[in-house]
Amino acid sequence: MECEDLVIPVTTDRLATFINIGERTNVTGSARFRRLILGGDYETALEIARQQVLSGAEILDVNMDEGLLESAEVMQAYLQLLGSEPDIARVPIMLDSSDWNVIRAGLMCIQGKSIVNSISLKEGEVDFLAKAREARSFGAAIVVMAFDEAGQAETAEAKFRICERSYNLLRSELDFPATDIIFDPNIFAVATGIPEHNDYASAFIESLKEIKKHLPGVRTSGGISNVSFAFRGNNVVREEMHAVFLYHAIPAGLDMAIVNAGALPLYGDIPEILRTAVEDVILNKDISSGEKLLEIAQNFSSSERRTEIVDLAWRNEDVETRIVYALVHGHDDYIVEDTKSILTTVGNALDVIEGPLMNGMNEVGDLFAQGKMFLPQVVKSARVMKKAVAYLEPFIEPRGDDGVFTIPKIVLATVRGDVHDIGKKIVGVVLECNGYDVIDLGVMSPAQSIIDTALEQNAVAIGLSGLITPSLKEMEYVATEMTKQNLTIPLLIGGATTSKAHTAVQIAPKYDGTTLYIPDASRAPSAMSRLLSLESASSFSAEIKDEYESIRATHSARRARGLRYSISAARESPYPLNPVGAPFVPNFQGIQVFPDQPLDELVERIDWTPFFKTWDLAGTFPQILSDDIVGDQARELYTDALEMLKKISDEKWLVSKGVLGIWPAAKRGDDVDIFSPNVELDNPNDQRLGTIHTLRQQTSRDRGKDENWALADFVRQSEFGLGAPADYIGAFAVTSGIGEEKQMAIFEDALDDYSAIMLSALSDRLAEAFAEYLHERVRKEYWGYSPAESLSNEELIAEVYAGIRPAPGYPALPDHTEKQVIFDLLDVTNSIGIELTSSYAMAPNASVCGLYVFHPQARYFGVGYVERDQIEDYAVRKGLAVKEVEYWLAPNLNYDPERYE
Amino acid sequence: MDTTQSLRTRRLSDFKTTLADRIIVIDGAGGTVFQDHALVEDNFRAERFSNTGIDLRGNYDILNLTQPSLVSSVHESYIKAGADIITTNTFSSTQIAQSEYQMDEHVQEMNYVGASLAYEVVRLAEERDGRVRWVAGSLGPTNKTASMASDVNNPGQRDVSFNELKSAYEMAALGLLEGGVDILLLETITDTLNAKAAIVGIENAKNKIGLAAEIAPLIISGTVIDQSGRTLSGQTLQAFWISLRHANAVAFGLNCSLGHSGMKRHIAELSRLIPVPTIAYPNAGLPNEFGEYDESPEEMSGALKEWAEESLLNIVGSCCGSNPEHTRAIVDAVRGLKPRPLVAENLSSLSLAGLDVLHI
Repeated sequence: MECEDLVIPVTTDRLATFINIGERTNVTGSARFRRLILGGDYETALEIARQQVLSGAEILDVNMDEGLLESAEVMQAYLQLLGSEPDIARVPIMLDSSDWNVIRAGLMCIQGKSIVNSISLKEGEVDFLAKAREARSFGAAIVVMAFDEAGQAETAEAKFRICERSYNLLRSELDFPATDIIFDPNIFAVATGIPEHNDYASAFIESLKEIKKHLPGVRTSGGISNVSFAFRGNNVVREEMHAVFLYHAIPAGLDMAIVNAGALPLYGDIPEILRTAVEDVILNKDISSGEKLLEIAQNFSSSERRTEIVDLAWRNEDVETRIVYALVHGHDDYIVEDTKSILTTVGNALDVIEGPLMNGMNEVGDLFAQGKMFLPQVVKSARVMKKAVAYLEPFIEPRGDDGVFTIPKIVLATVRGDVHDIGKKIVGVVLECNGYDVIDLGVMSPAQSIIDTALEQNAVAIGLSGLITPSLKEMEYVATEMTKQNLTIPLLIGGATTSKAHTAVQIAPKYDGTTLYIPDASRAPSAMSRLLSLESASSFSAEIKDEYESIRATHSARRARGLRYSISAARESPYPLNPVGAPFVPNFQGIQVFPDQPLDELVERIDWTPFFKTWDLAGTFPQILSDDIVGDQARELYTDALEMLKKISDEKWLVSKGVLGIWPAAKRGDDVDIFSPNVELDNPNDQRLGTIHTLRQQTSRDRGKDENWALADFVRQSEFGLGAPADYIGAFAVTSGIGEEKQMAIFEDALDDYSAIMLSALSDRLAEAFAEYLHERVRKEYWGYSPAESLSNEELIAEVYAGIRPAPGYPALPDHTEKQVIFDLLDVTNSIGIELTSSYAMAPNASVCGLYVFHPQARYFGVGYVERDQIEDYAVRKGLAVKEVEYWLAPNLNYDPERYE
Repeated sequence: MDTTQSLRTRRLSDFKTTLADRIIVIDGAGGTVFQDHALVEDNFRAERFSNTGIDLRGNYDILNLTQPSLVSSVHESYIKAGADIITTNTFSSTQIAQSEYQMDEHVQEMNYVGASLAYEVVRLAEERDGRVRWVAGSLGPTNKTASMASDVNNPGQRDVSFNELKSAYEMAALGLLEGGVDILLLETITDTLNAKAAIVGIENAKNKIGLAAEIAPLIISGTVIDQSGRTLSGQTLQAFWISLRHANAVAFGLNCSLGHSGMKRHIAELSRLIPVPTIAYPNAGLPNEFGEYDESPEEMSGALKEWAEESLLNIVGSCCGSNPEHTRAIVDAVRGLKPRPLVAENLSSLSLAGLDVLHI
């Protein structure tokens, strides 16, 4: 987040046999992508691209042809964002548009060698050659459609003829490299009921053979989904048609195709009756094929039906297959029974674990790596595995050989001062699914206990996690200690505030072994296997070291860049608060405690999108429930979540408590003074309850509009001189985590990671919902400046209301230590039981605290990097040493404090 | 001067013949030599720019207009050291780079004069000893990049557009071509997209003055930032090559950055990979703590000799921190050694590139 990563560690140059071109980054092909682009949500739209690459797309087809869009501009904006994401930008782009201006705009922002999709003889030879020439001057390859002045070719013969003519023109007129020409001889829909259409698929396949035979050097491509257009609404049949079509087209010479890589069944997996019917249609075997398929299709109209058929079948398999099936599908009903039965035949419990159970988990790991399983499924698989192992444990005895349990151990810990561990638990589960024994030290782990455990257990790696920024410093400390105590095992870094840049610049140099940043759970297994592999470990470590070295070099170059302001100059252009009008006098002043907030009022305010993100499912709620890729998984997860929420409420698993306060206030410089409600104007400073210290932007985002904001700018200052109240401010703290620990222990005893992670994720959501709910009551009742407000939950989530509730540790107020001010003002620990750790994390971790700033112009922003002059000034204001401020604000410093002189 | 098409064709064909025959040596840095002259602000301005508002000190390219005889003498010193290719003093003579000095309106003239000065020195030398040398028109990377954001908070932002780069390079190339360069040297490339814009700009410039595409061909030279062998914009070397293959460069390689020790394995990789001649001209070591390059001519030429013996080189020279003594040592070191034989082009697969390469 703080610094984009320049390079990725793995080079994947490869020679491919058949290429999947990702089709979801196409506004005409994906309703979801279209919605996101139209709504301007490019960030989520980027996630679709990432998902495509993760699920095996080796080229991304990008299409912005939509009447409502300025397609050329949108194409550029999207590609430029994409260009800053190394894990997406590593694959080549196919620029897909019927408007040449859009293609040209795209070519102007891609450094790599792309494919232009498409050109044709439709507008004649002059136009065709001009476009080919222009594509060539950008170095791009071209898709040429079998389309000429007379229209699109339908028969195999006509398709080939147009391709041949195009080929000859390109070669003789432009000397266009044959290998940069890709022919797309048009895929049209079959089984439409019109007899002339019946041969379309077969004609395409036949034309491929001719093209490959007579036009040396060229490649072929096609958009597969057209072929099944007659069956829209029936995805089962459509996907099977695609699979069968490819099965025949690839041997005929198809090199690449635009497909949804995640939704292709295996040819061999298709029920035979359906396969035969589909095959007859694709190959146009007889005139009634289409009708027969239509008839059969009704029996395969939904995915549930398919699951049902399989469901009945798997219990009839042999026991080893049943175990693998149960692990892959997360079924734990029969696992103990099956494990028991296999133990009697295998005899040795360790052999059962290392044999059939690990085989199953390896398959889970593979499917997950290929994007064919999603995180919640993996967690369920782990639950099945744990149950099986728990059954076997009493039977484990040393074998004849060395008697050593050969599974490698990894120590995971959330560092001292931090209490967040959902992400770390997920990493643990994913690693367990890939054959590692994970020793999870939980939260608030001191460096020494992490190191001691690693040494005692002979661990092969240590993984550190943290969510709040002070944890970054703690991780640096752990790294230093590891070096001092002569550890050399790999050190993995992950968690919300960590980044590759921070790992490279601050942690890696402090540790002699290999330090590696893990961006999300799915990356952990492959990183570990490379780090431990006898063949690749040293080259991988060297690769990481080189990469981090380059990040350090870039980072130090980068820091100095950009337009910077001294703090005194920055203060000359604060946010221009409209000075007109008096502040709205709150209905309530003072402190109000909510000792037992009913849960049902919170449940309806839950923002579900981050919940799915916790489980690595990308998408916005509720659309995610009908998403093409993750929809099924999202619905299942949502059902489980609602079920657990009911138990949380019925069985009182969690108690929610909150406290809020509203007081007179005034801006003083970059600080906000807070006064007792019955403050007297002649001597206000005696009744000052506390001071919030804010930081000011020292860089300008938009040239020409140089404003440097601080949160204090949204609070009025006294006209009559400093120090008198002129406005109001509020603060709050809420928790939904009381009781979580107890319930969590029950799940952990039952080896039920899935429920444990679910509970953490839900208590987190409830706390956020509580904060949202309380804010609404403040706006309507306690402060009362918008009593008539009536907003839907979606509008609340989108924050369309007036006023903000910024939290310490977030971009507008990055200093976590400001939580102490809020805790003192509200007496949080005594009134509702939240405690602050040494790193200013809140325990329980399902807690939120923040300020209420009510001015209608107030908005969220990021302070960004600050300079030494502001830090010195801030230290004086807070009464702290500069070194201490630098410690807490390390991620926000635009200088290296160790080298500053 | 006589830069007719037929003369250009003859000089170019000499160049290609020589390239097949032996290792060609390109000259070293201009900046290092200029620094030895301890130039002050007045030297940079001369009379012509005495009233300019911005300091010109450090703008070595402006010397083409204000101290032409000094520039010629630097070229002459490299001729005397035995260099085959003389590079024009125009590395930063684009509108984009010169706008920092408010000298952007003089860009075309700077390039034209820069090319003419070098060509004249080469011509006189040929008159003296009958030996052909070539002038390479230097086109640097500019100080902005088209495929990376300079504002980390705004990854979609760009400091410069493709079209801005394209016209800047077009104008620079016009000056260089009219001034008579034999080759255009697109060097120190950090962002492949900048280079692509340059290629289109150069194509336009040639069209404008009616020069055939194959006259004044390109030498393309990138720079890698670290041992992982990626460019600053994140591409692998092979992706970098594939993305610029269409420019039909007469040589392709690396310069600057790592010094010979860091560059060797990357040049070795390219030499296995590319079907065109290689070029390598590393810095004289890495900057020491005073920002100076201190690798001696002996150290550097000794290393480059090994490269030549391992058949990695077609064109060789030196970059930042070097002076004519380095060039002389390199000329001596590679004399009589065989040039790298070219590898065959892969004509069987479609090669594409993002940051990595995909062969289909």
